[in-house]
Amino acid sequence: MSTIVMLPDQQTASLPKRSYLNEEYGLKSWLLTGDHKRIAILYLISITIFFFIGGFFAGMIRLELLTPPSDLMAADTYNKMFTMHGIIMVFLFLVPSVPATIGNFLIPIMVGAKDLAFPKINLLSWYLYVLGGILVLAALTLGGVDTGWTFTTPLSTHYLNTHVITAGLAIFVAGFSSIFTGLNFIVTIHRMRAPGMTWFRLPLFVWSHYAASVLMVLGTPVLAITLVLVILERVIGIGVFDPAKGGDPLLFQHLFWFYSHPAVYIMILPGFGVISEVISTFSRKRVFGYTAVAFSSVAIAVFGFFVWAHHMFIMGVSNYSALVFSLLTMLVAVPSAIKIFNWSFTLYKGSITFETPMLYAFGFIGLFTIGGLTGVFLGSMGMDIHLTETYFIVAHFHFVMVGGMLMAFLAGIHFWWPKMTGRMYPEGISKLAALTTFIGFNLTFFPQFILGYLGMPRRYAAYPPEFQVLNVLSTAGATVLGVGYVLPLLYLAWSLKYGKIAGSNPWQATGLEWQIQSPPLTTNFVETPVVDYEAYDYEWLANKTKHEVQTVG
Amino acid sequence: MIATHPEEHAEHEHSPYLRHHFANLEQQRETSTFGMWLFLLTEIMFFGGLFCAYLIYRNWYYPAFVAGSHQLSIALGATNTAVLICSSFTMAMAVYSSEMRWRKALVGWLLATIVLGGVFLGIKAVEYREKWEKRHVPGLNFSAAGFTHQDPNYPEDKPLAPDMAEKTQVYFSLYFAMTGMHALHMIIGVSILIILVIRAWGGAYTQGHMTTVENFGLYWHFVDIVWIFLFPLLYLISRHQ
Amino acid sequence: MHYFISPVLWQFLVNWLTHFALFPPEASSIAPYADALYFFLILISLVGMALVLALVTGFSILYRKERNPEATQIEGSTLLEATWTIIPLALFMVCFVWGALLYFRIYNPPTNAMNIYIVGKQWMWKAEHPGGQHEINALHVPLGRPVQLTMISQDVFHSYSIPAFRVKREVIPGRYTTVWFTATQPGTYHLFCTQYCGTLHSEMIGEVTVMKPEEYQAWTEGSTSGMSLAQNGERLFASLGCNACHSGNAGARGPNLAESYSTRVQLTSGSYAMVDDAFLRDSILNPTMHTTAGYAPIMPTYQGQISEEGLIDLVEYIKKLNTNYRVQQTLNTSQIQSPVQNQAQSPVATRVQQPAPAAPAGVKP
Repeated sequence: MSTIVMLPDQQTASLPKRSYLNEEYGLKSWLLTGDHKRIAILYLISITIFFFIGGFFAGMIRLELLTPPSDLMAADTYNKMFTMHGIIMVFLFLVPSVPATIGNFLIPIMVGAKDLAFPKINLLSWYLYVLGGILVLAALTLGGVDTGWTFTTPLSTHYLNTHVITAGLAIFVAGFSSIFTGLNFIVTIHRMRAPGMTWFRLPLFVWSHYAASVLMVLGTPVLAITLVLVILERVIGIGVFDPAKGGDPLLFQHLFWFYSHPAVYIMILPGFGVISEVISTFSRKRVFGYTAVAFSSVAIAVFGFFVWAHHMFIMGVSNYSALVFSLLTMLVAVPSAIKIFNWSFTLYKGSITFETPMLYAFGFIGLFTIGGLTGVFLGSMGMDIHLTETYFIVAHFHFVMVGGMLMAFLAGIHFWWPKMTGRMYPEGISKLAALTTFIGFNLTFFPQFILGYLGMPRRYAAYPPEFQVLNVLSTAGATVLGVGYVLPLLYLAWSLKYGKIAGSNPWQATGLEWQIQSPPLTTNFVETPVVDYEAYDYEWLANKTKHEVQTVG
Repeated sequence: MIATHPEEHAEHEHSPYLRHHFANLEQQRETSTFGMWLFLLTEIMFFGGLFCAYLIYRNWYYPAFVAGSHQLSIALGATNTAVLICSSFTMAMAVYSSEMRWRKALVGWLLATIVLGGVFLGIKAVEYREKWEKRHVPGLNFSAAGFTHQDPNYPEDKPLAPDMAEKTQVYFSLYFAMTGMHALHMIIGVSILIILVIRAWGGAYTQGHMTTVENFGLYWHFVDIVWIFLFPLLYLISRHQ
Repeated sequence: MHYFISPVLWQFLVNWLTHFALFPPEASSIAPYADALYFFLILISLVGMALVLALVTGFSILYRKERNPEATQIEGSTLLEATWTIIPLALFMVCFVWGALLYFRIYNPPTNAMNIYIVGKQWMWKAEHPGGQHEINALHVPLGRPVQLTMISQDVFHSYSIPAFRVKREVIPGRYTTVWFTATQPGTYHLFCTQYCGTLHSEMIGEVTVMKPEEYQAWTEGSTSGMSLAQNGERLFASLGCNACHSGNAGARGPNLAESYSTRVQLTSGSYAMVDDAFLRDSILNPTMHTTAGYAPIMPTYQGQISEEGLIDLVEYIKKLNTNYRVQQTLNTSQIQSPVQNQAQSPVATRVQQPAPAAPAGVKP
């Protein structure tokens, strides 16, 4: 299989003498850094830890579901398992995954700046994230939470005596981490672009992070105030959501989903950005329909605010308001379809190679399409009546979040690994891991669509025996999937010491980040770049490399 | 923390306040201000959830909201409104002093703002204490009994039926949540003001670098504006007698 | 044959093939419509998937580096953008309209539906038939008749789900929600609670039994507690003192309730309201918000004094109330003593409790 990778001669190559990694040594230089790249690495380490903790809970869930009766653990314990899995995966992994690691690392470089607009706030973001994570772990070790990640009232306010307040506080704090990251990105993209870097010369990665940041900034505060009200109701007893005191539990649902629906777009939009970059690089072509892809990101952000009640179709909202939300849900599905087709057509008349990031990108296109289409099933309100609150929903969101977002995250990590570390990952085993993940994923989650239509409810520890076969298939798949996720952890760590030296542009990609050394200097650029070429300008790149030699060190 | 290395700046030819990732002071100033406006937007969304809940419940339980609102002291609420508006004035004067590089005036105006903020919080504490004594604190100390009898202070108000009287608890829940959240923002503001006073005394903001004071001014004005919405919504329901 | 593969694997295959259902039985009148929409959605998903798969695979093979070493830079194509915007939008609109029609069908009951009340609580389902049959974690329904479920929760959010009927609705504290179906196939089907409600959420399950009309008749006769819901409601109406104000007399302090169900009343606020189950329940708990025009807002609230079952009994009673004859009768006796009294002491109680094989005038059991 041919490849586009061009590495410097490994006999003579070495990492650059100075980079952001060796600029300063010592724990304090990392924990008090203002360098967006170091903060990105700090985030990478923390979210990886939380990913595996969340994954452990997933394993526990699937183990329980091997058998119909609730026989592996007590019912309360199982409820804590899926709650912790949801909270950790949504708030401590998916929301920060691409933006806080890859976004933090690359956005300043991609716009041609030396750092984000507010480096201290960036560091504060990380500390808030860690504090949120510690509070989640505290809730866990003190006995766990079993509200479900959706904190439905009045269950969470009056009918549980687990550590709801701690978990609520944890998410509140982690939410501010998200808000500050989004704020930083928006201001940076608006104000710190290098000379010549107009909006329409920005990589699509930046556009999708911009859209996600708008959602973070506008949506997360609503979650914050909702959690405050839940905590106040538990601590003091104010009855804003309590029917006995004149409150309305449905108000909680509206306020919660007002954030939590845009949240899913916060999670996926950065992934879209990664896919744009990867597909373009490995087809050696500009993205097909740049403007359409850029504007569709913004459209998703805007429309995403107006569809929240599609999580509430059966909850007693009026038929007519359900009608409006269903219509808007169908509209918000269209921009995603546009992107999928634009990416597919980017391949047309390209020159395609199949390195690992591209394999993950293909996996994304396939699995996100399935996940997104099943979203249309759910947006079709009459169909939603049968499908909601069953495993169909579980399968739907895992397809878009894991088959989609997590694959995009892995694609991004592999694609920019040489830039962040200066070293290449081992291609052979990484392809194997990608394939394993893909197979494991399908085996785990496809049976769940069938289970959902058959009627198996979610959040059930016990189920009727006729559902067992599909559950066993799902658990078997989960085992394979787990292997697929552990492998990158191992070989990426290995590559830090033994990986091939990458040079500044092993993929021969366009984009400002590939014009600087790997790993980059702390100030990113030796001198401020002046941009006079379009995004994904492969002709410009071909001209440039003709006259230059790959620089290393 | 992240030092500005003043000694190294002797070699460069720019203001010691210029952070290195900015190209020039103007970009830095515009960026900080943009960031503060964006942050205030998030604060609007934050309070927005409470305002949304208020709108819905006031629509459903209007008589209870009227009765609850009449239990608040207009005198104290209006005084607080005046106090905050004055504090916005003193804050604006502080920003002006910083631009004019008048160090002592800046410190004076900042101190005045702190005092006025403190007065606001003090009056709020008095009000909260009164609510506690009249047993209008939902969850902790609440009784709707008073609302089913005629209130001598409001002869035109009819006493509420028992079920509507119970709904006053929703009103007071929102009262405490909204004014409490506002007071929390005031406390944070006053705390930052104390830090600003100390640094202003050292001359930090009267040497051409006014962005910090300007941006804090934006925050302070925002907190003031939130109160200007809270006051009529909470205190002035059906007060046309 | 199973000596060629291990017995364990054989068991697994047998299990798999006999239980290899892809969708639940179609046991209600709406189920085929739901399944039809599902198949349409699957069809367009398959077409969409196939298209994307074909494009990606095709392009990957045709334009792989070995075959096409030089990429051609293409800006885009407005025509293509328009195509793959409009066609998906049109298809999604079809899904929207079809889904909306199905939704309105499932959540708008026919007027002749028989009513069954459901009270959900952690962690069981109580079904109350108007004739006085009470079930726990079970629901018996007749074949071929529209059945409307009026549901409420005593504590947290639950959700009543019958996959075989393709119906499901959230069961909420504080207000009624409804769903209806017509069972078309005798048998027993799963009943699940599908909204996470705490520790024993997975155990809040039951069975829906669909019986042929004769069997259903036999079942109702055999399982009744002796008192219909309306009869229970009549008892409560007197013992809680409702009859004192809602006596039906001219100049009574409260509006006449006989034949008030399904009518529109004007409230003191000037707006009109439909007297339905939700209105009746809410008027008992929050009377001040539903005061009828021309009446003073003096009705006391019964919040905290009546259980959801009691409220259901009262709602059933008022629904079926045709004349105030019996109300007047109870009133005469209860006016001698204080209006709200212990039911055991009331001489009224014995009269009401006499079994009435023939429907007494004015109150349908």
